[in-house]
Amino acid sequence: MQDSIIKFENITMQFPGVLANDNVSFDIKQGEVFALVGENGAGKSTLMNVLYGINTPTAGNVYIKGKKMEKFHPSEAIACGVGMVHQHFMLVPSFTVAQNIALSKEPRKSKIFYDLKAAEKATSDLVEDYGLVVDPKAVVEEISVGLQQRVEILKTLYRGADILILDEPTAVLTPQETEELFDVIRRIVKEKNMTVIIITHKLNEVMAISDRVGVMRKGKLVGVENTKDVNERILASMMVGRDVLLGKVNKTGTPGDVKIEVKDLHVTDNRGLLAVKGVDLNVRAGEILGVAAIEGNGQSELLEAITGLRDIEAGEVYIEGTKINGMDPGQIRHLGLAHIPEDRIATGVSVQSDITDNLIIGKETRPEFSKYKLQLKKSTIVRYANEIFEKFDMRGAGVDTKVGSLSGGNMQKVVVAREFSFNTPVLIIAQPTRGVDVGAIEFIHQCIIDKRNEGCAIILVSADLDEVFRLSDRIITMYEGKITGEFAEGEIDKMGISYYMTGDRSNEAGGEA
Amino acid sequence: MWEQITALFTVGLFQNTIRNATPVILAALGGLFTEHAGIMNIGMEGMILGGAFVAVVFSFTFASAPMGVLFAVLIGIIIGLFFALFVVKLKSDEFIIGMTLNTFSAGLTVYLLRTVFHQTGSWVSTDIKGLPPIDIPVIKDIPLLGDILSGYSIFVYISWVLVFLVWVFLYRTPYGFWMRASGEHPEALETAGIDPVKMKVLSSVLCGIFCGLSGAHLALGYLNCFAEGMSASRGFIAFACVVFGMANPPKVFGAALLFGFLQALAIRLQSVGIPSDLTEAVPYLATVLMLVYITVRGANKKRNRAKKAMAVQAAEEG
Repeated sequence: MQDSIIKFENITMQFPGVLANDNVSFDIKQGEVFALVGENGAGKSTLMNVLYGINTPTAGNVYIKGKKMEKFHPSEAIACGVGMVHQHFMLVPSFTVAQNIALSKEPRKSKIFYDLKAAEKATSDLVEDYGLVVDPKAVVEEISVGLQQRVEILKTLYRGADILILDEPTAVLTPQETEELFDVIRRIVKEKNMTVIIITHKLNEVMAISDRVGVMRKGKLVGVENTKDVNERILASMMVGRDVLLGKVNKTGTPGDVKIEVKDLHVTDNRGLLAVKGVDLNVRAGEILGVAAIEGNGQSELLEAITGLRDIEAGEVYIEGTKINGMDPGQIRHLGLAHIPEDRIATGVSVQSDITDNLIIGKETRPEFSKYKLQLKKSTIVRYANEIFEKFDMRGAGVDTKVGSLSGGNMQKVVVAREFSFNTPVLIIAQPTRGVDVGAIEFIHQCIIDKRNEGCAIILVSADLDEVFRLSDRIITMYEGKITGEFAEGEIDKMGISYYMTGDRSNEAGGEA
Repeated sequence: MWEQITALFTVGLFQNTIRNATPVILAALGGLFTEHAGIMNIGMEGMILGGAFVAVVFSFTFASAPMGVLFAVLIGIIIGLFFALFVVKLKSDEFIIGMTLNTFSAGLTVYLLRTVFHQTGSWVSTDIKGLPPIDIPVIKDIPLLGDILSGYSIFVYISWVLVFLVWVFLYRTPYGFWMRASGEHPEALETAGIDPVKMKVLSSVLCGIFCGLSGAHLALGYLNCFAEGMSASRGFIAFACVVFGMANPPKVFGAALLFGFLQALAIRLQSVGIPSDLTEAVPYLATVLMLVYITVRGANKKRNRAKKAMAVQAAEEG
């Protein structure tokens, strides 16, 4: 276990305008689970892309099993036994599990034809050998995210990998699926003597799974420690250079009138399948309703129906007492609703435009910003943008910076700043801190709490359970389009709630697992 | 009235169906490759025209139809590489490059025809050698069917075989899987160690070859001449067939046959006294209707599934 299997030697990676890796050197040992942690943009993924041959470093060397990498191409890394499971899965949706696993190394008959049967056989052999159960004939787009991740791992094993890189593997998993993944990792390390590198920013996972941990900050390696010698607090302060473990938030006031009311709502997804199946809920002024659900259980469609982005098939939605069925998003916003969408790049900002333009989208026809709704008052707009820019502390940018070049945290601040400045009584918030660094998370959380304390009715959907628990006054769980549980603050813990996120428990006795 | 309708369905109608469909089949099979590789290729029109022109020029020069075909394939490869250079390598807008290819091809062929070969409109010469018709033994002796299926240039039969070969390539060889992956999820292919750019370039070159063949057939298959703009929107119709056939070779083949049939029918309709201005619009109108049908069907499917899901749920709860 003590032999060095990978050696990074003075790796520097310079992208245009960004120094992603700055003179990084360390070793990874044979047969260990090595965790690489750091805030978003700390350079973890860049470093692993160097190891996998996707990035060619500006300077420095990588040695795998004593062999110096020359070409920096994935095929070279694969040949050395390196396999990588990317954060965004590299699977062809219309291919079957076996076809994805065999991609580029297809078994053949008569040299040119694809032996589909042999690919399925090879897959089921791997499934048996490693105990990663998945149907070789299933089409990838029809299986769950957790299973897709297994396919990714099997894919690397099929290529003979004995070094496995997992990039943020738990971001899309439920707590239970995460436990299963960790079991798999422990098993392949112990039984197959594999080496696993896991990129993450969840410190509890580092403590649970890793033997050693490397911490990165702003492209530099801060240190490598034995996991048993550190704790989450130490790691957190290494990551950010200050103590930022998120504390309790300060909530004041009592809930007022009902502002959002949803009755027996049915909504279909893009495939035409029913995604929301009879949801009833209401949210009062000065209250945050958290929605805890695994991705793809109807929470996105629920928010899209409430905000008018998706047709309502059946049921009713009332915002401030007005029925919004059939209204377009603009009309609904006029009733007093603002929306932070889950995918900020797709629907939250215009990446081609600068910060100023993004901040006034939706307000451009207001009298303070335009003359007769025709001519924009440029100087007023710039002054307004500067004001917000200062308040939201978007360091490393200017009001004329194109939003597409901002970091995730700053881009999200632009969205939050714009939506919150509408001063609406109703806020619909989805994934407010996805891919955002710790400092910005704290800031955005505080903004949300301030809104709550001012008397906003807020629906919060987040894949981050810590966030849901920290902010919500009430939490509902959704599973397959239905509400499976409702809990007041403090009534349930994270393990308990994941039980309700993974199935309808209304007919079962006992409750918590 | 009934007699008029039955009078439309002659052996000639079906012969024309096959004649009209063949260039479209060949081009559409080419378009299948680029479609699967994730390239929106509207440049097939120009590729066909280029192939037709070069086929005629070299058939004339060497007084040999096979030489014409050979050079049509060569120009197909060159145009395919040219298209790939801009669209895949330099990442230009595929729509603009496709349009450029079409206008460039239309202009250059006319220019060369007039300046080098001193012909205007169309170029007919006994030195332009065409492809001989081929009779299929046994089948040619079957009454009716023999007349419909036998006696075409070799390309007609090649196009039928190619439908099957293209299907085998796409769904039964690793290269076909790579090409489809390069269109559906290029990063997945790249991280598996295969360069998606290479597969996209290959798709573009294959498309060029098929369109070159399509052009050669158009020029040398029965008339042995070149006419300005003789591709006559076949490239666009081929594109519509690829979409209509959901990029599946047998379905695309069916769509192309349907188009060929409608075009043949349009000609027959003229013989029963319907103005040609009206009948000539039939194939194009059909193309529009095809695309409308696809869109509406897609929307309906979605709605029906939603209704079904709600009904199932109601039954479960009820």
